[in-house]
Amino acid sequence: MALRVTRSSKALAITAAAGLALMLTACGSNDDDSSSSASSTDCAAYKTYGDLKGKTVSVYTSIVAPEDQQQIDSYKPFEECTGATIKYEGSKEFEAQLPVRVKGGNAPDIAIVPQPGLLKTLVATGKVKKAPDATAANADKWFGPDWKGYGTVDGTFYAAPLGANVKSYVWYSPSAFKDKGYEVPQTFADLMTLTQKITDDNGKGSAWCAGIGSGDATGWPATDWLEDMLLRTGGVDVYDQWVNHEIPFNDPKVADALAKVGGILKNPNFVNGGDVKSIATTTFQDAGQPILDGSCWMHRQASFYAANWPEGTKVGPDGDVWAFYFPAVDPAQGKPVLGGGEFITAFADRPEVQAFQTYLSSDTWANNKAKATPAGGWVSANKGLDVNNLVSPLDKLSAQILQDPKAKFRFDGSDQMPGAVGAGTFWKGMTDWITGKSDADTLNYIENSWPKS
Amino acid sequence: MSAAEKFGQMFFAIGLFAVVFIGILLLASLAKGRKGERVQSLAFVGPALLLLAVGLLYPAIRTVGQSFKNGDGTKFIGLDNYTNIFTSPEQLLVIRNTAVWVLLVPIFATAIGLIYALLVDKARGESFAKALIFLPMAISMVGASIIWKFMYDYRPKTRPQIGLLNAILVKLGFDPQNFILNAPANTVFLIVIMIWIQCGFAMVILSAAIKAIPEDIIEAARLDGVRGMQMFRFITLPSIRGAVVVVLTTIGIAVLKVFDIVRTMTGGQFDTSVVANEFYNQTFRYDNTGLGAALAVVLFVLVIPFIVYNARQLRRSEGR
Repeated sequence: MALRVTRSSKALAITAAAGLALMLTACGSNDDDSSSSASSTDCAAYKTYGDLKGKTVSVYTSIVAPEDQQQIDSYKPFEECTGATIKYEGSKEFEAQLPVRVKGGNAPDIAIVPQPGLLKTLVATGKVKKAPDATAANADKWFGPDWKGYGTVDGTFYAAPLGANVKSYVWYSPSAFKDKGYEVPQTFADLMTLTQKITDDNGKGSAWCAGIGSGDATGWPATDWLEDMLLRTGGVDVYDQWVNHEIPFNDPKVADALAKVGGILKNPNFVNGGDVKSIATTTFQDAGQPILDGSCWMHRQASFYAANWPEGTKVGPDGDVWAFYFPAVDPAQGKPVLGGGEFITAFADRPEVQAFQTYLSSDTWANNKAKATPAGGWVSANKGLDVNNLVSPLDKLSAQILQDPKAKFRFDGSDQMPGAVGAGTFWKGMTDWITGKSDADTLNYIENSWPKS
Repeated sequence: MSAAEKFGQMFFAIGLFAVVFIGILLLASLAKGRKGERVQSLAFVGPALLLLAVGLLYPAIRTVGQSFKNGDGTKFIGLDNYTNIFTSPEQLLVIRNTAVWVLLVPIFATAIGLIYALLVDKARGESFAKALIFLPMAISMVGASIIWKFMYDYRPKTRPQIGLLNAILVKLGFDPQNFILNAPANTVFLIVIMIWIQCGFAMVILSAAIKAIPEDIIEAARLDGVRGMQMFRFITLPSIRGAVVVVLTTIGIAVLKVFDIVRTMTGGQFDTSVVANEFYNQTFRYDNTGLGAALAVVLFVLVIPFIVYNARQLRRSEGR
């Protein structure tokens, strides 16, 4: 789990760095404008937080340099208008260190926790403070009940959502699709027809490219595949039961989904030039690159993959690469969306901490953050987020998907499962599955590893 | 904490250390006579023993205790963890891999080191040749693994190869090989790394042992007409037998504990896990401290005979 966040934040960091470089070279003069506009913030909206002069709120997070700057910038209006100081501390060891700090009585005021599973563990220590009413009201107003649910443990609402990412994307080359006359598929059946057509036209193993290598965390992209597929074949209810272990990991419905994933990933006619096993050792960063030279056509990966294209690649509906929504099996049943995000967890209930918590859960903050991220690479499920404040076309698309009333969003399953499964045997099991283990053996192995209480 | 506070703490710690030390010295000087000597030695050995007990004995006992408990250490489950290690297919694979490591690495590293030591012995540029093969010893295991990762790196045939071995294969017209993926060969490729690191150590020790063979023995053998292989078989090898055993067992101990290479290269994926790596995974990744502890105990038990043999051999060679 921890590593997935580092990885996605790394991806974001690259975008941020690239964007920063662009800004410095192309429009260095604009730099001054943005800071002056920040100081002329209209403080009327911040009146409700009261006067917090001389108060300090400490924030601990896994968001580290250089993308931390955008976070820090987005806190500035709050600091200026209320007089509070936000002490920001980012660490790559966040997931390992936070529980240590909490148990050691040295918890930060606020932690930005990217996994509901970790939130549960933290709540179990008894140190997490219930979210103030104002924050809960914001969460009700600006977020869907599903998002609020991920910040709720045993009926108590603790943590409001912050940012989000969308995982249900298939990357492709719009220009190459256009040349060959391929259409973006609208249903899963269309997707499989297209897969077959691409294979027939371009040769064995050209339709899909995949890679699940990620160092220590090897296997996670494959877990996303299975989660995305189960959302489509089983529906959100079955998905929830599966994540919460109300049905066993190796339930027949899960086996169905896995078989469907296997229909693509384990079919040598469809993937990686015919070499299925190479999926296991190809890093997820490298996996989609063959789209650029035409040796592969589709790559299922999250929104943050935008940062992995080489410099100069145009990402957009008419660019070199773009992403389409991983289609539903039956679109009439709604659009299942798999994604992730962060949650604001508080370990103190002083007024300034609660005020800051409330600020972060508001539409004001979401729009401030969008404006503080001129290079793109950030999105939130906050319904108050004005899509026009987002810069990159992919962020806009993600925001639209997240705000779509037909969308049925579900949080990354492995991030919600107990760490032993979600960041352990699920990853290993899926890796073994790619290298040859059977569907049944894989699911049984993971089911047997589920912590017994 | 400010810098001044940190310095304050440091001086306090140094002061405390001095006080404790002076206290021990004072206590020791109070005791006089034959009985006093015993008290004195106890005063000096005592703190070390105490630290050993706290730092080594206590964790060892706790680990053994934990190995009889379930995943989160809340329930006593008897020998289940040990049964698991020796019956479940996943764990048996780990044991098998460890056995392969322990068999191959010491034998090959020692053999290569010995042959190399013999070849460069008294040759021109001996020290340079020795330095070359000793260099890998200076690199950390993680560093060595990263170097070898680039040796073994695999890309599909259509992509540019960045791994040295595959680049050569493709240049020669063969298909690129996925070295660290295909079991069981991948374990052998990982073992190569350990041999690469360890044969420098073997070479240095054995070379010193060869040089320590008394010249008159060799002279006498020559006069008796012993040549070439016979010289090695009947004179050199018996003379350095002690050193060979020490090298074999020392490498054996290191291999049993091998962790860095497997962790860096594959993380135990693709059927390459070994006991030390599996212990780490079970304890820190899969939250199964019980099984992790049991694996640690198994590792400990496996190392004991090596250490005993090693120590006895060392004592014998010193006693000579």
